[in-house]
Amino acid sequence: MDLVVVSVLGADRVGIVAGITSVLARHNANIVDIAQTVVRDIFSMVMVVDISKADVDIAGLRAELEEVGRKLGVMVAVHHIDVFRYMQRI
Amino acid sequence: MRAFSPEEIGEVLEMVLFRELDIRAVTLSVNTLPAIRGDVGSALSALRSLLGPHLERFRPAVDKIAAKLGVRIVTARLAVSPVSVMLEPLGRAEDAVEIAKALDDLAETHGVDMVGGFAAFVHAGVSRGDRALIDALPDALNSTKRLGGFVNAASTATGINMDAVLEAAKAVLSMRPEAAARFAVTANVPEDVPFMPAAHHGLGLPDAVINVAVSGPGVIEAVVRNMKDADLRTLHDAIKRAAFKVTRLGELVGREVARELGVRFGAVDLSVAPSPKVGDSVAGILEAMGLPRAGAPGSVLALHLFVDAVKKGGAMATSTIGGLSGAFIPVSEDALMAKAAEEGALGFDSLKAMSAVCNTGIDMAGIPGDAPPDVVAALVADVMALATALDKPLGVRLVPIPGGRPGDVYELGGLYGRVVVMDLGRYREIPLARRSGVVPPSVWRLRAG
Repeated sequence: MDLVVVSVLGADRVGIVAGITSVLARHNANIVDIAQTVVRDIFSMVMVVDISKADVDIAGLRAELEEVGRKLGVMVAVHHIDVFRYMQRI
Repeated sequence: MRAFSPEEIGEVLEMVLFRELDIRAVTLSVNTLPAIRGDVGSALSALRSLLGPHLERFRPAVDKIAAKLGVRIVTARLAVSPVSVMLEPLGRAEDAVEIAKALDDLAETHGVDMVGGFAAFVHAGVSRGDRALIDALPDALNSTKRLGGFVNAASTATGINMDAVLEAAKAVLSMRPEAAARFAVTANVPEDVPFMPAAHHGLGLPDAVINVAVSGPGVIEAVVRNMKDADLRTLHDAIKRAAFKVTRLGELVGREVARELGVRFGAVDLSVAPSPKVGDSVAGILEAMGLPRAGAPGSVLALHLFVDAVKKGGAMATSTIGGLSGAFIPVSEDALMAKAAEEGALGFDSLKAMSAVCNTGIDMAGIPGDAPPDVVAALVADVMALATALDKPLGVRLVPIPGGRPGDVYELGGLYGRVVVMDLGRYREIPLARRSGVVPPSVWRLRAG
């Protein structure tokens, strides 16, 4: 598995989850974990995604997700899972 | 079971996205001594042949890792062997300037932000190559944009070379502000510093190695601000935990870039470097602890507590600690330090006192362009004395501002920030600074055997 963390933050509206996940599906990136909340109209979603069988690399996926994020008016960030492994595990 | 809780992921995202946590520098350190030749033309061509293959792959590798991890790497830097050694067979200042320009060109051509190593080690005396480099200092720095250099004028083992201190002070006064910002007088400079201007390829290192400099004072300031009523041990522990995470990111980036380039990973310098951006300030951390302003009474205590916690947290986070690994308090490069200097809360005396517990010394402080060399040399010598008496690396980086008077501000821009001209005091002559010779090493030397 080649895991990346996709995080989405912004004002809640219709279509955020659909917009983001459709990009992942199109590139054959598999969502292995997802957590989503809406607190005081702020939408937040974190997904752990396996891109080992995807047809794009992490930089390509990030560029596309950021573009979709701009259209939806939300912030999208994509980080490699190693960032979290290094910072949160000893 | 989840690999990470949403809280754990949220904490990292907050640091990276909103607290300016990034990697200040990935520094490729290369042994350039194989390019030593008997004439400058051959030396330059050997230097280009030696560095070319490294540099062609360096910037792309840094960009690739930044893109893979989703982490900002602010600068990619090169460190070369001390240029004074290359100058030993050449022995001419004009050759030193040629080498300086060639390094600057190489950096620009290959997208390298800075190149360090225009340096001489003269703590016990000046050799032929050192002489050429010192004589070339103002020209070399004034005629380049990305070159960094230093003169190591003191060491615990051999003492303080006061002749070199005075010469370096005079050289600084002949530099433009943009050039002086890339030069320091140092003591006990370590071999693997990834930060400018002390970066160079030390004589004990392998042919090529990657060293990493972290940033992220904003992360620590946020932690401290959230702990208003905490007692000091709890506060110290919280800083330690945050410093662990900051340093860990440096370790990850260093390993990845080194693997990508096929060179050895050297060390992480765990100093949490500030930048002039709001929310990226070491002084902000000190003030969040409970100081009205950096420089106020209590500043040494606050800095001591911060440095100690960073070292203890950082030590656990990296396989090898390197470079300066303390705290940086560059005045112009830290928005709140600059503000403190502008308001008169922070002066040279407080910077000297803070040097006892940090690892930079007096850094990026403005002085009047017509400052007396005696006074500048004496100020530098004070820091050299602290470094040798306490057995630690320290440096002095002063920026002379033409026509500048205390309180004036000069915008250097970028990472260098706003230089505030600080008051050097009322004395114009300090005869002690003109006494020639080397101050003997302190008792640390005897204890070392």
